[in-house]
Amino acid sequence: MRQKSTPWIVVLLAALVAARALASQPAAKPAAPPEKKKEILYEARPPPFSDGIFPCMECHKDQKDPTRRELGFHDEQQAVFDHDAEHRWCLDCHDLQNRDVLRLASGATVPFTESYRLCGQCHGDKYRDWRAGVHGRRVGMWDGAKTYLLCVSCHNPHSPSFKGVKEITVDGKLTVAPTLEKIKPEPRPARPEEMRGWKRPAEAGR
Amino acid sequence: MTSRKALNVIQDGGADPLGAEPMNPSRRAFLRTAAAGAAVSALAGCGVDVGEFLRSHFKELSRDELAKVLAKVERRNKERFGKDTKVTAEGPRPGVEFGYGLDISRCVGCRRCVYACVKENNQSREQPQIHWIRVLEMEKDHGVDLAHSELYYDADTVPRPGKFYFPVQCQQCRNPPCVKACPTQATWKEQDGIVVIDYDWCIGCRCCMSACPYGARHMNWAEPKLPAAELNPVQHYLGNRPRPKGVVEKCTFCIQRTRNGRYPACVEVCPVGARKFGNLLDPESEIRRVMETKRVFVFKEELATHPQFYYFYAT
Repeated sequence: MRQKSTPWIVVLLAALVAARALASQPAAKPAAPPEKKKEILYEARPPPFSDGIFPCMECHKDQKDPTRRELGFHDEQQAVFDHDAEHRWCLDCHDLQNRDVLRLASGATVPFTESYRLCGQCHGDKYRDWRAGVHGRRVGMWDGAKTYLLCVSCHNPHSPSFKGVKEITVDGKLTVAPTLEKIKPEPRPARPEEMRGWKRPAEAGR
Repeated sequence: MTSRKALNVIQDGGADPLGAEPMNPSRRAFLRTAAAGAAVSALAGCGVDVGEFLRSHFKELSRDELAKVLAKVERRNKERFGKDTKVTAEGPRPGVEFGYGLDISRCVGCRRCVYACVKENNQSREQPQIHWIRVLEMEKDHGVDLAHSELYYDADTVPRPGKFYFPVQCQQCRNPPCVKACPTQATWKEQDGIVVIDYDWCIGCRCCMSACPYGARHMNWAEPKLPAAELNPVQHYLGNRPRPKGVVEKCTFCIQRTRNGRYPACVEVCPVGARKFGNLLDPESEIRRVMETKRVFVFKEELATHPQFYYFYAT
């Protein structure tokens, strides 16, 4: 008896729910997945500019020569440049018209805060891993808001093979900048025999 | 019946396990009461807290009893360090099983993780110096081989040519030999996979240390030396609360952080991003992506400890 009567109630309820849903959502939208995916916040640290280097247009306002050449300035970049140096130079990544942004292969520009899009053009596998959190360092919550570092926080874009990093402050925010020197390790652990010299205070006094 | 006999279990009113004649139940009860009384007075004489000695196992504590135990730990911290601390016993979350990934193609052996761990987890700084993470320098020629590894490497800069680095810490085994070895059930595996220790329950016998194939457990051979200024006041009862002398401790995946959704301290500090952490039951998590797209292995797989700590090569 019960088994027979329940379906009617279920059908009635389902009809009511469907009617209400249709009334509230008249637009022909595909049904959304039932559970709403938790919104995860991602924040990237600011790019690690050297002091006083940005904005670039302060110096580059009238420099519009697009020919590849040795520059008479930016020695610190030219001296270390090792990023497919045979084939590339500044204006492959920096925009000629507006030096305050970067330039993709398509000609579109991206701000320095989104430089990963530029790097991702060639380094697609690393870019995918970085987006998924497998490549690079993250700080924050394993199940929630977290902070990323940009590619350039650890890899000097002009000499990208990883060497080392140091902590710096940009506009009052702590971030990381690549170095050209390798990392110095923390002190080695004490050997067991080095820990044996210790005596209890009472014994030491005897 | 097989010829192998099960171990005798001491039961009230049952036969003596050594095969002697059954004891008169009333005599047995008398002896028990007398022994308990003697033990209590002896304990009081030794300065041991009787209430603490007689309390139930951590897993059997009621909410009220647990609150009392936590308050007592906070009081002891105050006496020992003169600082206010917050000791919690946050339990495992349903639907969470922690997994840890370590990218040995990235690790450069800088030991930042070792010292971040010491700071976060209130280890003894020296004499005894306790490190939960041990970074081994290995030779590329030999691969992962403990016979060709060096814990005490000293270098001006790392990585050194021809070497790679292999950090080892508690592997949070699914089949943990240490838990089986513990005679007092002072260590056990939690629902989210963390193998924990109740330092108030540990008798310091070190059976777990000899059972652990990873050398991940460490004994406080002397009173831990932890400067009050460096005490981390955010503590978990089963994790980083300051330990007494004579107990064993180990990595807990930073239980005080990870149970609240944060990354472990070693993951956050790693300058090369070699350390990955997340929920193995969440298909979108970083650790699942590692397991699905990288070459992953576990250390000493042949021992069937089934670690929740995975090593991988991203490149």
